[in-house]
Amino acid sequence: MIAPTGITRVTLLKDLRLEWRSKDAINSMLFFSLLVVVVFSFSFDPTAEESRQIAGGLIWVAFLFAAVVALNQTWAREIRNQVLDAYRISPAPANSLFMAKTLGNFIFVSVLEALMTPLFIMFYRLRSLGPAWQLLLIAVLGTWALVVNGTFFAAMSLRTRSREIMLPLLLFPISIPALLAMVQATADILNGEGARFWIVLLATYDLVFTTVCLLLFETVLNAE
Amino acid sequence: MTETVSAVTVSNLIKQFGRFAALRGVTAEFSGGKLYAILGDNGAGKTTLLRTLAGLSQPSGGGVSILGASKFRDISVQVGYMAHPSLLYDEMSGMENLEYFARLYGISGNITGKARCADVIRTVGLDPDLVRPVGQYSQGMRQRMSLARALLNDPKILLLDEPFSNVDVHSAIEMVRLLARSRDQGKTIFVVTHQASLLEGAADEFVWMEFGKIVGRTRELKREQIREQTAEQQK
Repeated sequence: MIAPTGITRVTLLKDLRLEWRSKDAINSMLFFSLLVVVVFSFSFDPTAEESRQIAGGLIWVAFLFAAVVALNQTWAREIRNQVLDAYRISPAPANSLFMAKTLGNFIFVSVLEALMTPLFIMFYRLRSLGPAWQLLLIAVLGTWALVVNGTFFAAMSLRTRSREIMLPLLLFPISIPALLAMVQATADILNGEGARFWIVLLATYDLVFTTVCLLLFETVLNAE
Repeated sequence: MTETVSAVTVSNLIKQFGRFAALRGVTAEFSGGKLYAILGDNGAGKTTLLRTLAGLSQPSGGGVSILGASKFRDISVQVGYMAHPSLLYDEMSGMENLEYFARLYGISGNITGKARCADVIRTVGLDPDLVRPVGQYSQGMRQRMSLARALLNDPKILLLDEPFSNVDVHSAIEMVRLLARSRDQGKTIFVVTHQASLLEGAADEFVWMEFGKIVGRTRELKREQIREQTAEQQK
């Protein structure tokens, strides 16, 4: 037997390989985010001050919607040819699969953020007045908050008939506290304030929901 | 020499999907080291029975004991399952697929894992060096690769759902020979099929299912006789 972390690693590498070959998730996410940036930048012509106020909301809502595409794709390839059944009958632990999927989604969404953030900065002429390094922390904690719940709820809606609709219906309400923290923290930092409170809130949110998801995932995986 | 102890015991197994009962109180014992062909019309409950044995479907009532264990997790490493879909990733080659699944079973290490994967791929008559992704395989090749995946962990219990569908006659006969050899090595094999004649001479027992129940077990393939028996039982 290999350790659960070993199974997480091989499953993550397998997912990265599949995504590298198909580019299903990353292409859809990039295209969607690009549309949001371009359409909104043409729709509004904000001043630098206004940009700092609205940028947080705009960026995170765009990433949230784009992430849903990746989250659906992650499990879609597992139900094609019913490959998930091959995992279910193996002695590999359910949580290794969950962690691999979550880490995979985290990487995909992080790549998207890394590519799209410079465009956001350019289109909205953004300049941070506060400690910019905290934005990085917000990005990491916020992205994890989105993908950990997203991966869990995507698995939950896997066998439903209209899973593309089910996922946002389940994910968005539960993501509101995290989204609020991410938007407020980003706006505060851009406007020259610190975001310590929001960072602590996000870290707590991540810890609680990661634990809950890990505790419940096996039940979700084996549900009929 | 084959074992004769019961490898699989099914007692009053019930499986319901909403109001529809796919299995209606199946009770049976299956000895180890034998090849069973499970036959019946569509909707008879063959696949549901196999999925329940594979731990993929939870019984609504009754129970299953495999190799003395009632929890599938305890013996999952001893079971190989081949479903109607391939259970393989289309974007990866056969070897890449098997290497991944080998790791899930703890068949690790570059040399051990690769050698085992190459070995089972050769066993089913495919080339381990084939770099083409599984998505570009013919249906027959996919079926054989799927069988290779089921054999990967060298299971004691092998559950095969329609292994011969879309496979040419020559390859199907080769697969039957392979199954017979595996049975001779002590594996207990369940094959759900609509091509029962392929297993004539190889299967130790033909298990007939109708309407979610086992309605007969014969050593030879005598469909009409079973039908008459069923009609009499229902009178």
